[in-house]
Amino acid sequence: MRTALVVLRKDLRMEMRTWETVPAMVLLALVTFVIFHFGLNRDTIAGQEAAGVLTATLLFAAMLGVNRLFVAEREQGGFDAFLLAPVDRSAMLVAKAAGLFIFLTALEVIAIPAFKLFLLGPSLGPVLPGLILILVLANVGLAVIGTLVSAIAVHTRARDLIGPVIGLPLLIPALIATARAAGPLFNAGHVSGAPPGKWLAILALYDLVFALLAYAVFDFLLED
Amino acid sequence: MLAAMPPAIELRGLARYFGERTALHDVSLQVPDGATLAVLGRNGAGKSTLLRILAALLRPHAGEVLVFGESLPRRAFAVRGRLGLLAHEPLLYRELTGRENLEYHAALHRVDRGRVDEVLAAVQMERRADEPVRLLSRGMIQRLAVCRAVLHDPALLLLDEPRANLDPAASALVEPLIGRPAGRTRVLTSHDPRAALAEADLVLALKDGRVAYAGEPAGFDDARLQELYA
Repeated sequence: MRTALVVLRKDLRMEMRTWETVPAMVLLALVTFVIFHFGLNRDTIAGQEAAGVLTATLLFAAMLGVNRLFVAEREQGGFDAFLLAPVDRSAMLVAKAAGLFIFLTALEVIAIPAFKLFLLGPSLGPVLPGLILILVLANVGLAVIGTLVSAIAVHTRARDLIGPVIGLPLLIPALIATARAAGPLFNAGHVSGAPPGKWLAILALYDLVFALLAYAVFDFLLED
Repeated sequence: MLAAMPPAIELRGLARYFGERTALHDVSLQVPDGATLAVLGRNGAGKSTLLRILAALLRPHAGEVLVFGESLPRRAFAVRGRLGLLAHEPLLYRELTGRENLEYHAALHRVDRGRVDEVLAAVQMERRADEPVRLLSRGMIQRLAVCRAVLHDPALLLLDEPRANLDPAASALVEPLIGRPAGRTRVLTSHDPRAALAEADLVLALKDGRVAYAGEPAGFDDARLQELYA
């Protein structure tokens, strides 16, 4: 855990110095909302339609972060330096997944109010706690699978292509669960604020399975 | 006298391929603890590949590699932290400062932060240590890379052209850290084979990944050297 914190602190410091990843993710999300706003030719959307638009937008923005996750390690020798140290290799998985989780959270802090501003009809206030719970579970899935996929893609020449090609199909079940859990929250008449438990459970299970899978295979992905 | 010491490195029939290309084939030798091995050969002879295998960054495809008696890559965890690699790439993040880079490596190796100041002072980089690496000259980056490689006081140093980009004054600065005075076992390559021979106890000459000569420098005369680089 200590090593993971060391790597995470380094990654956050580099992002705060370069601002290469989070602003690009935010910009893509905002532009996508504007495109949907004019493309659908509607002032507001609600229900499952709104959940679908939000989930797809966050996914595509997340892929930018996934593609950048290991670039510095690959291009600036970070992998070699890490492998030369007497540390558990899983620490890099934990650090990178935690970093991506933080990037996604930063993205959503801006993207969710923007989504309300550009597209969403019903009020967000009463359903916000439920939405946050869904987004936390979705972010865990995106972070774990994104880290796994990025670690595979970064060793290939076509890494910008491989990331989405492998990552998007793997993320489909998590995204369906996210959209279906969020859909009822965006209905105008929804007052309880609680998302459907079935979809939350599927999302949580999916996160757990991929976290275990990533932990099992990550060491091999760092080898030559 | 060298043969009486326990070997720090032992290679038996080492081979490594990249697709159809042979990078190393049937390389065998022993390097006693505290000795300096100069690895010579033309570009692409397999020198850097050998260093990466010894650093447990590359898997051998055949043969056995023992470092401090531990078989690589199976027991790599046991030797990590006991070796330092100075490679072609400095293994430093360009957006971080020199000090931040070294503090990161110190944390990975669980080395006290005081050691960072110590090595920075040794290469006279204290004044420029708080600038991003991308703003530094190649020579300064190489001095920082030397700091990184010796930060954890490794018993084995793997040096791939360690004095590249260094002027004579900077070479003299890094000498106490990576030169013979440091008292470490060293494996070094150099673009200047005569300089490498001058500080070697053993020579391994590679030609197209195969051993052209392995032994003491005295047996590696000028004629062999010219033949190797012909």
